[in-house]
Amino acid sequence: MDLVDGVRKGSVRALAKLITLVENEQPGAIEAMESIYPHTGNAYIIGITGPPGAGKSTLTDKITKELRRENYTVGIIAIDPTSPFTGGALLGDRVRMQGVSNDEDVFIRSMATRGTLGGLSRATADTSKILDAYGKDYVIIETVGVGQDEVDIIRTADVSILVVIPGSGDDIQAIKAGIMEIGDIFVVNKSDREGADRLVTEIKMMLDLSSAPRDWTPAIVKTIATEDKGVETLVEKIKEHREYLMESGTLALRRKERIRSEITKIVENEIFRYFDGLIAENRDIYDQRLEDIVGKKEDPYLLAKQAVEIIAKKISKKAGEYKGRG
Amino acid sequence: MERDLERIREEEDRWKRECLNKHRFNRAETDWGEEIKPLYTPDDTRDIDYLEEVGFPGEYPFTRGPHPSMYLGRLWTMRQYSGYGTAEETNKRYRYLLEQGQTGLSVAFDLPTQIGYDSDHPLAQGEVGKVGVAVDSLADMETIFDGLPLDKLSTSMTINSAAAVLLAMYIVVAEKQGVDPGKLNGTIQNDILKEYTVRGTYIFPVGPSLRLITDIFEYCSKHVPRWNTINIAGYHMREAGATAVQEIAFTFADAIEYVNAGIKAGLKVDDFAPRISWIFNTHNNFFEEIAKYRAARRLWAKIMKERFEAKDPRSWMFRFHTQTAGSALTAQQPLNNVVRVAFQTLAAVLAGAQSLASCSFDEALALPTEESVRLSLRTQQIIAHELGVTDTVDPMGGSFYMESLTKRMEEEITEYLKKIDELGGAAAAIEKGYIQQEIQESAYRYQKEVESGKKVVVGMNKYQVEEPPTKGLLKVDPKVGETQIEKLKAFKTTRDSVKLEPALAALKNAAERNANLMPPILDAVRVYATLGEICDVLREVFGEYEGTSAI
Amino acid sequence: MNQDKRIRTLVAKPGLDGHDRGAKVIARALRDAGMEVIYSGIRQTPEQIVDAALQEDVDVLLLSILSGAHSFLFPRIMELMKKKGLGDILVLGGGIIPVEDVPELKALGISEVFGPGMTSETLIKYITENLSAGN
Repeated sequence: MDLVDGVRKGSVRALAKLITLVENEQPGAIEAMESIYPHTGNAYIIGITGPPGAGKSTLTDKITKELRRENYTVGIIAIDPTSPFTGGALLGDRVRMQGVSNDEDVFIRSMATRGTLGGLSRATADTSKILDAYGKDYVIIETVGVGQDEVDIIRTADVSILVVIPGSGDDIQAIKAGIMEIGDIFVVNKSDREGADRLVTEIKMMLDLSSAPRDWTPAIVKTIATEDKGVETLVEKIKEHREYLMESGTLALRRKERIRSEITKIVENEIFRYFDGLIAENRDIYDQRLEDIVGKKEDPYLLAKQAVEIIAKKISKKAGEYKGRG
Repeated sequence: MERDLERIREEEDRWKRECLNKHRFNRAETDWGEEIKPLYTPDDTRDIDYLEEVGFPGEYPFTRGPHPSMYLGRLWTMRQYSGYGTAEETNKRYRYLLEQGQTGLSVAFDLPTQIGYDSDHPLAQGEVGKVGVAVDSLADMETIFDGLPLDKLSTSMTINSAAAVLLAMYIVVAEKQGVDPGKLNGTIQNDILKEYTVRGTYIFPVGPSLRLITDIFEYCSKHVPRWNTINIAGYHMREAGATAVQEIAFTFADAIEYVNAGIKAGLKVDDFAPRISWIFNTHNNFFEEIAKYRAARRLWAKIMKERFEAKDPRSWMFRFHTQTAGSALTAQQPLNNVVRVAFQTLAAVLAGAQSLASCSFDEALALPTEESVRLSLRTQQIIAHELGVTDTVDPMGGSFYMESLTKRMEEEITEYLKKIDELGGAAAAIEKGYIQQEIQESAYRYQKEVESGKKVVVGMNKYQVEEPPTKGLLKVDPKVGETQIEKLKAFKTTRDSVKLEPALAALKNAAERNANLMPPILDAVRVYATLGEICDVLREVFGEYEGTSAI
Repeated sequence: MNQDKRIRTLVAKPGLDGHDRGAKVIARALRDAGMEVIYSGIRQTPEQIVDAALQEDVDVLLLSILSGAHSFLFPRIMELMKKKGLGDILVLGGGIIPVEDVPELKALGISEVFGPGMTSETLIKYITENLSAGN
């Protein structure tokens, strides 16, 4: 397990390579994560989400700078969308992180959404574990937008920050679904713009209306990230929230909850891989049966049931091999 | 009249049916993707009120030209963009160009100078003297203009974020020559917004940058009244891929932002608007380029008169400098560029340019040689003196196609301006990445059209030949960086450093107090503070812009 | 699994030159060819570029420069690449680079230098062929 060793010994090259291996689900990825896992749990994970154009990258840059002032090391995962047409992606977040891009203690990794269901949240969760095991004090995950995928990603963080801007048209109503509930800190960025105070009031009202039981009252912070204004306060709030999580025991609970959902995802993902393999091996038959289903000559439930049976057999056979080796 | 038009329309329909449609023909498109009719007739200009929309040269709305007699009164200024290496070499090149009949200077500075770094700054390594001349202090500026009387010259300086400093140096050189600054003619580019979008030589954040611009407006309106204090540039947007329509639209959007900034700083619009000048890009699409400038003249006049309620007719006038398109030049069969440059130059003249630079044929490969730059100057002179195209004002005016195209371009530009207004103006649109995105889309579309062969570039994607590498290109002395650094070192030991500290302290104080920055910059220049020293003081107070090049 | 192995590229602009039309057009073309493209932004130092290549674990580094500073900046970048153990990354140059400078740059380990007029097809073909040969 060279790469894991390398990561533990502080090799940036190994760190970067291991992230690639895991992101691509290449052979050895799961085994590597097995060896990484015991070394995780030290980094504090910050999730930043918000609509495109809210200034998430610039804010990430400034938060990082602030953390660096206190000598904390930082890992950043910046996510950009994959083109659904070509599978390629333009990853441009680094451009807005010039302030920290030549700091040896900051590691920035751009990641494309790629598009496999749940794949992204697994990849970001694994990448943040790798950065954690490498020894980063803080890991910041910056999402693309504010959809369901983002909610899944942000759930893997210890603290969730939702960034909004005044007058962007996407008001709070539009992004409330799901994401308002998980925001620990709300940032009104570009707060020199007209409507900033109104936006703060709207968020407050929204939080008051929310039925979610909470001990922590989400903080609302105004920033102008491009001018480095309000960032210090934001970092203070992140720390206050962290103290609350520790003292109340919520941090441990959250992390346990996170592991629980991760296990589900790993299992789903593993089984899904078998299913993918099964289709690949029997492409023609699968296509034919698909036609039949569409033509009402067959039904999808039977096919699914049969697929699960075959997968179950394959898994038990593999488990036998595994035992045999052991 | 109305009956005639009806008749013409009927006849046109008949002609299409009976004649045109019996033939196979291609349909062409404008650069912004609109179909061009196979034929234009008086029917296509029926909605254009001649007196209101076209009118007479020298009168509102200036469609046919800003001056009544145009080239019959005075030819355009022939102003080749040049400068490279050291101040000495550049001075030599300027003397040569003036001897050859050039009528104005246009200074190209190297990148460290444009970004306010002295030649010995670590980030300047490898860049000194490469794309223009290196200027570290007043001493270099004195050398560049040595023997060139500034009261008889018109000088354009392509300088933006550091414009205040280079202008101050120019003023002090004039003082030393005994020339009253009130007599100075010329231009600084001073157009920061397009640096954030397409050109990249920014230093400070947007706020302080706009302040520097309005400080220059204010200072010059009192002390250097004939100086064009801003040269708003569409040129670089076009080079970055914008269409002709986008070029004018985004430049006007920037201009509107500057005018607003001037007004907000307490200036009267008529105090600075007459000193606004422009630089645009004249590309290959011949008629569209001519129509572009005619539309721009008309639209700018309307914007100034109606939107800003300017009263002085000089505020309404759109007077422009143009350079032929560097991006239209090919590295393949470079001599073909001679032809491209000639046609682009002709388009600029038919469009009524006030000042003109023609690229040299070797510029896709290197900086131009003395010979190639002379050839492009000769191109202008041949057009001026041999072709007869200067014999009457706006010879294209009245062409059905030209007038109709002018009108359509004006409408398209207006459409964009509306959109940018909705986004909150140019600065906001830039921050949102809108303008960058639009330009990049156009650039990518163009590239795809070239690669698919839809757009023919002769010698590059069609009619290619095997050819040896071009010989005889200009090579900037690789030692120029070292030479300049040595010069700078020696210079620093000889200047009177006692006066330096107080001058820089006064500048810092003015920057913090929000006082006009021109007087303390002039004082710092007079005691030979370097460009880097002056900009560092301002960096300390203003901070630096961090690139957000949207993609 | 290998279906998820995307080619990762870094398009970088070293030096002070802000002309990034070419770099951005290339970035889009590579994206449309299914690659993941990291764009560095303009005015990057050799250190910033090499750190980005390292952290992003790219397969290809494309350097675009039009100011003539390549003869100083490219050697610096290649030196740092070696120092950081990134010798296996495919490095390509583009922009305005005189033909007579090309052999020198290739000697540094830059695989190819593309001039004005190169098509994205040529570039994409070059990248895919050379990466599969390298692997």
